Amino acid sequence: MTTPSPSAAAFDPAPILAGDRRAVARLLTQVENGSPLAEAALAALFPHTGRAHLIGVTGAPGTGKSSLVNELAKTYRRQNRTVAVVAVDPTSPFTGGAILGDRIRMRDLAGDAGVFIRSMASRGALGGLARATADVVKVLDAAGFDKLIIETVGAGQSEVDIAQTAHTTLVVEAPGLGDEVQGIKAGILEIADVLVLNKADQPGAEGAQRALRASQEIGRAAGPHPTAGRAAWLPPILPTVAVQGQGVAELAEAIDRHRAYLRETGLDRERERARLTAELEGRLREALLAHLLARLDSGQFRQTVDKLMRRAVDPAGAVAQLLDAARPA
Amino acid sequence: MDQRKIRVLVAKPGLDGHDRGAKVIARALRDAGMDVIYTGLRQTPEMIAEAALQEDVDVIGLSILSGAHLALAPRILELLRANGQGDVPVLIGGIIPDDDVPPLKALGIADAFGPGTSTETVVAAVQAAARRKWQADPPGAG
Repeated sequence: MTTPSPSAAAFDPAPILAGDRRAVARLLTQVENGSPLAEAALAALFPHTGRAHLIGVTGAPGTGKSSLVNELAKTYRRQNRTVAVVAVDPTSPFTGGAILGDRIRMRDLAGDAGVFIRSMASRGALGGLARATADVVKVLDAAGFDKLIIETVGAGQSEVDIAQTAHTTLVVEAPGLGDEVQGIKAGILEIADVLVLNKADQPGAEGAQRALRASQEIGRAAGPHPTAGRAAWLPPILPTVAVQGQGVAELAEAIDRHRAYLRETGLDRERERARLTAELEGRLREALLAHLLARLDSGQFRQTVDKLMRRAVDPAGAVAQLLDAARPA
Repeated sequence: MDQRKIRVLVAKPGLDGHDRGAKVIARALRDAGMDVIYTGLRQTPEMIAEAALQEDVDVIGLSILSGAHLALAPRILELLRANGQGDVPVLIGGIIPDDDVPPLKALGIADAFGPGTSTETVVAAVQAAARRKWQADPPGAG
């Protein structure tokens, strides 16, 4: 089914650009639900995006991500910068529902007109974010927030979508989560621009910090990181005790240093280009699939799956057949 | 494609420290497929109204065990109206004497449930309230 995009003219972006909180909140619901209005709105708002500093916060469940976001937001408010938080929690694969509980740890931010918090369910996406998170971020960016903090679902070793979405990615660790070998595995540690060792007042914190540093050194010894070049950025390791606000000012400084580094090296433009390329490819893939399926006779796709079941054709051969069948006569 | 899910805020205003009931309700609503924004204990009316605004919820469920429901409800409703969210149905559960239900409804509370109400009853009430709101404010409306 191909429906033409409604024109951007049907949507008035003024309330969003002015930061009208109710208008922003209502549009975010539309964006989350993928409504036609959202499509028009995103088209109208896109020229106004690209200004906010997007900060990703990821890490295993229970490392204190929400408490850290709470303290980081307070630090930014003391610097007179406005903050939006997008907090993603997992959707139950069994019921389709979700409990979004990140606001519990962010109650200090209540009553501040310079802060906007929005909870999102992951809705089956597996990368640590929801499919609509990138678009939700665009709306908040256009609404003029200076700092946009994106908190992922409690992530393990492969929820690395956040690095694609954010400018600066924080990976939050806590003592007792694993040994050195965890550190040389691929995955979440690799995406860190800043490593945070939260709960640094707890037993094992020193050992954990040593292990993180050791894994970085092993990485350097093994050769340059694939994204390296120019003046290399070595992710700093910052100990924090989020519930007491300890180490958070230093963390905010490190995040600002990273943003300055991205700008000075031109990496920000490069990353933006890679991000937009990936987004375009993803959307094209979806649109082309829908376009192709619309050209096939009803049942043709299902019949091809039946053939695969009988081993009458192999998957690559089936693709060739379907592409042939969809070719305009 | 309309992927609209019911967004419901479960909040616990007042000073008593028992949120087991609120958590059971939150879980039941989640199991019914809703996105449940759970804000925890000791929420002021201002915090509840602010969360309702930012999260653009369809329904608000309040758990009140302290007996302060007749004091808290009008304040919360007033703040919702001030934010342009007078159309968001508010349901109350907790220790609500039967005699207090009519005055609560007169204030504008959509429904009130006392001890012993089944989770099925609450889930059905939230679903019905969300449907009524959506009919008045269809998806796609700005």
